[in-house]
Amino acid sequence: MTRRIVGAQGDTSAQSRPLIAVLDYGIGNLRSAQKSLERMGADARLTADAGLIAEAAGVVLPGVGAFGPCMAALCRTGLDEQARAAAADGRPFLGICIGLQLLYEESEEAPGVAGLGILPGVVRLLPGNVKRPQMQWNRLGVRVSSPLLEGLGDAWVYFVHSFAAPMADNVAAVCEYGGPVAAAIADNNVWATQFHPEKSARPGLRLLENFVNHAQAAAAVA
Amino acid sequence: MSRPAAGGGNARIIPCLDVDAGRVVKGVNFVDLADAGDPVELASRYDQQGADEVVFLDITASSDRRETTLDLVYRTAEEVFIPFTIGGGIRTVDDARRLLRAGADKVAVNTAAVNRPELVAEIADEFGSQCAVASVDVRRAGGPLSAATPPIGTHPTAGGDVRFEIFTHGGRTPTGIDAVEYAIRITELGAGEILLTSMDRDGTRDGFDLELTRTVVEAVRVPVIASGGVGTLDHLVEGVLEGGADAVLAASIFHFGEHTVAEAKARMAAAGIPIRPADA
Repeated sequence: MTRRIVGAQGDTSAQSRPLIAVLDYGIGNLRSAQKSLERMGADARLTADAGLIAEAAGVVLPGVGAFGPCMAALCRTGLDEQARAAAADGRPFLGICIGLQLLYEESEEAPGVAGLGILPGVVRLLPGNVKRPQMQWNRLGVRVSSPLLEGLGDAWVYFVHSFAAPMADNVAAVCEYGGPVAAAIADNNVWATQFHPEKSARPGLRLLENFVNHAQAAAAVA
Repeated sequence: MSRPAAGGGNARIIPCLDVDAGRVVKGVNFVDLADAGDPVELASRYDQQGADEVVFLDITASSDRRETTLDLVYRTAEEVFIPFTIGGGIRTVDDARRLLRAGADKVAVNTAAVNRPELVAEIADEFGSQCAVASVDVRRAGGPLSAATPPIGTHPTAGGDVRFEIFTHGGRTPTGIDAVEYAIRITELGAGEILLTSMDRDGTRDGFDLELTRTVVEAVRVPVIASGGVGTLDHLVEGVLEGGADAVLAASIFHFGEHTVAEAKARMAAAGIPIRPADA
């Protein structure tokens, strides 16, 4: 696996830059995720094209916004099926923020709307007497070591969310916000972050670098 | 209303870049503008210094504003890896969509939302409250503005009752709208954050209007960014400890190299404010 220096542009040979499909379902700011993956050495494409997604070494489901409209947009573009297929065939998959929440079966934010159901459980409102959304930098507490979190330790990362994934064995990192809150998921090939790595300065870029390297290594084996 | 305790409650420091035709400027009360460089370069420098977010306020008046602003957002998304907000001239959901698609994390709406508050609801419904910032410019003004909000004191020169009043168009145009009532209404409509600027203090370097900050913070349940008047690092500390702000915004003390973001964070931490260290 190639070690890249954080912030380096990576080399420009297309062969050594793994194709990462960033699912484009037309909601809000998805470009930042694409540009930060590019910065970390990926050939990152913002796309809804089934062929390109099938070809990708890794798939990223980014996003900001609300569960209902985002799920509707995923279904409208057929990307719900693409996301399920990519997760099922064992390719490295990364959900970001609402992209994490969409992986679950449903959310209290949109009762009656089915999520992707890639991970079991229900996304619930942040409990307790806290400001919602949590809109701040917060410190990670790593519970389970994972290649995704390599080099992050107790890094500070940027959160914007009002709902959170269920606490389960696949929660690899938490943050404290009126109690422990699921911050990162590592479930076989399916990874996800409640925070925005593309907006979390150096530690965020490191996480994306970990993902790109992992996707590249997995593609080389496959 | 009981105010929720901030969970982590980590404060944010937000350098603000006023942008005119693609270049950074900082006005003193929005007059006497002085060029201070390329906004993308400056924002990237603040990212590296440990800034928690960056805000661009676009004061471009020319007709090619839309293109220069989009270009700024495009370039910033490629170089800056912390959240950034763009404000200025956003009048429609389409304006917001273009900026968010280009890579902005949040859009700050000001005059257009005062004229038509539903704009904030439309943006929040489509893109989420987290990206809908209500930018509120306030002056202390005399005269009864609202029966619902008691006066905050006596006007120093004009006499009579004083209240906080919304001003638009860079602080030039009074609206007669009570700032506290507006803040409550706009957050009910879906604004996820309030960027609260004291136009009395803006450019004075006398510190935030702490009474204004505290009053709005206590009235709403979303994060409030205090803005206007920062001249020293202690002003930033006061904004959080006395004003109760979730985030503090400053421009000139950073732009002209008087202080770095790292120094500001060290001062905040020394005052006991939880905040991400600059070298984290």
